[in-house]
Amino acid sequence: MTVAGVDEERWEVVIGLEVHAELSTRTKLFSAATNEFGGEPNTHIDALTLGLPGSLPVLNEHAVELAIRVGLALNCEVRRSVFARKNYFYPDQPKNYQISQFDLPINAEGWLELPSGQIAGIERAHLEEDTGKSTHVGGGGRIHDAQYSLVDLNRAGVPLLEIVGKPDLRSPDEARAYVSELRAVLVAVGASDGKMEEGSMRVDCNVSVRPRGAEEFGTRCEIKNINSLRSLGRAIEYEAARQVDLITAGDRVVQETRHWNEEDGRTHTLRSKEGADDYRYFPDPDLVVLDPDPEWIERVRAALPPLPAARRAVLVDRLGATREQAALLVERELDALCLATVEAGAEPVRTLTHAEHNLSDDRARDLDPAAFASLVSMELDGELTATQAKTVLAELVEHGGDPVAIAADKGFEAMDSSELDSLVDGLIADHPDEWQRFCEGDGKITGFFVGKVMKATQGKADGKVVTGLLNARKG
Amino acid sequence: MDQSTPADDDAVITTADVAKVASLARLRLEPDELDRFTHQLADILGHAADIEALDLDDVEPMARPVPLENVLRADVPGPTFDRDAVLSQAPAAEDGQFRVPPVLGEAP
Repeated sequence: MTVAGVDEERWEVVIGLEVHAELSTRTKLFSAATNEFGGEPNTHIDALTLGLPGSLPVLNEHAVELAIRVGLALNCEVRRSVFARKNYFYPDQPKNYQISQFDLPINAEGWLELPSGQIAGIERAHLEEDTGKSTHVGGGGRIHDAQYSLVDLNRAGVPLLEIVGKPDLRSPDEARAYVSELRAVLVAVGASDGKMEEGSMRVDCNVSVRPRGAEEFGTRCEIKNINSLRSLGRAIEYEAARQVDLITAGDRVVQETRHWNEEDGRTHTLRSKEGADDYRYFPDPDLVVLDPDPEWIERVRAALPPLPAARRAVLVDRLGATREQAALLVERELDALCLATVEAGAEPVRTLTHAEHNLSDDRARDLDPAAFASLVSMELDGELTATQAKTVLAELVEHGGDPVAIAADKGFEAMDSSELDSLVDGLIADHPDEWQRFCEGDGKITGFFVGKVMKATQGKADGKVVTGLLNARKG
Repeated sequence: MDQSTPADDDAVITTADVAKVASLARLRLEPDELDRFTHQLADILGHAADIEALDLDDVEPMARPVPLENVLRADVPGPTFDRDAVLSQAPAAEDGQFRVPPVLGEAP
């Protein structure tokens, strides 16, 4: 837990994230216009998207189902909810209001378990519609110098779930872990594709600092325009350091929205944050109350796939994986393979180690568990050295097949120990100076001898065995 | 605020409040309108205050007057508009998009 540029003995950084996820529906939240990424501008629009007089919103059932899935996956209470109008004037929103949920959101009071075991609170996850997209023309595309703007309304009305996290995060690492875990959950339940680079998952970040030990939160700033996990971390570090500098200089932090600029690595002031009541929220008279049937909620719950946290727990409980291994293997979708391999008779620790270090190839997910298991056994029975096992494993990922046949094909056989003995004796005789250094305890020279043995045996020798032989001769 | 004059003795809303809401809604009100609307709104809020004074603990909160819930639509695509027809109605268009005057700040 470190925040570069901030004296952490004295200051604590407090982070709360608001994540907007576009829901994977076929149509928009309140109309039958298509919800599709990309496409020619203004080709996914209808009367409601344009805010034409007389058009009326009707809620998309599948969007509600996806919202419930996420709510349940985040351990929220799924509640009776009401849609409200958030009023503001901006050309990407022709109705002059955005339909959102305000005091009565569909999901409230949940939590997300991070791979580290940390529990991060979720305040709410509510449904709302996305806005259109403006492109600023002239002035180098900068919003303040633009001559005019072009508006594409394809995205206007696309269903969003805004997931508001509690200010429970304390470092850029925790913030990044939260976002990747949330993304994994969204993808697992099929609610969103979670692509930050395409904007289907957008992260706004509230940052404040307070003297370590203080109870009250400092004044926060909201940072927008964060397009990757990397910029999330950089933006938090910059912003926390900026706030600490202000306070240390006797100044104060002003509550405002700031824009992250990837090029100069800074946040810039955008506008003072308006109070919530400036949006004049009120219940949308065109929409009725949403109160999902408990039976519907239970059906959704029963159909939820195993979530990343549960899958990690299985690896830890059943195979004795470390937290780090479990996090990595679930992220790489290798947990099912590991479980099946151990089921097929493989020793768990060695299986996990191979999966962690030697199976970064995406195709590894399709490995035959029986073949993987037999490879692990061959290695532990001393039929293959660690290096040889790695080679055979790579071959299994590449082409499949039988590890016994592959090992034979590559000429991997256990070295006769007497053969190794004479080899080591010969090397010592040929290199008296190096041997002297080895005997004097120069650990670095070990590699010299092991390397020679490997070269002479074309890698068939087990490095650990060679080291053992050397040590035995040292006396 | 200096210009705020109470609508009546126990004012629940002032002309300053109304002026602020009007500016948020992009409405330009003349001074006499400001006074008139402040009085009208004060009457409406006074009525709400009367209701608030009642003991309503046993009454379910009502989000809307029609007893209707869960009106949902299947997620099936319907027709969309022809872009050129739509853009021909706009004051200005360029490259298949609406062309609008420069905006001063970022969307909320």
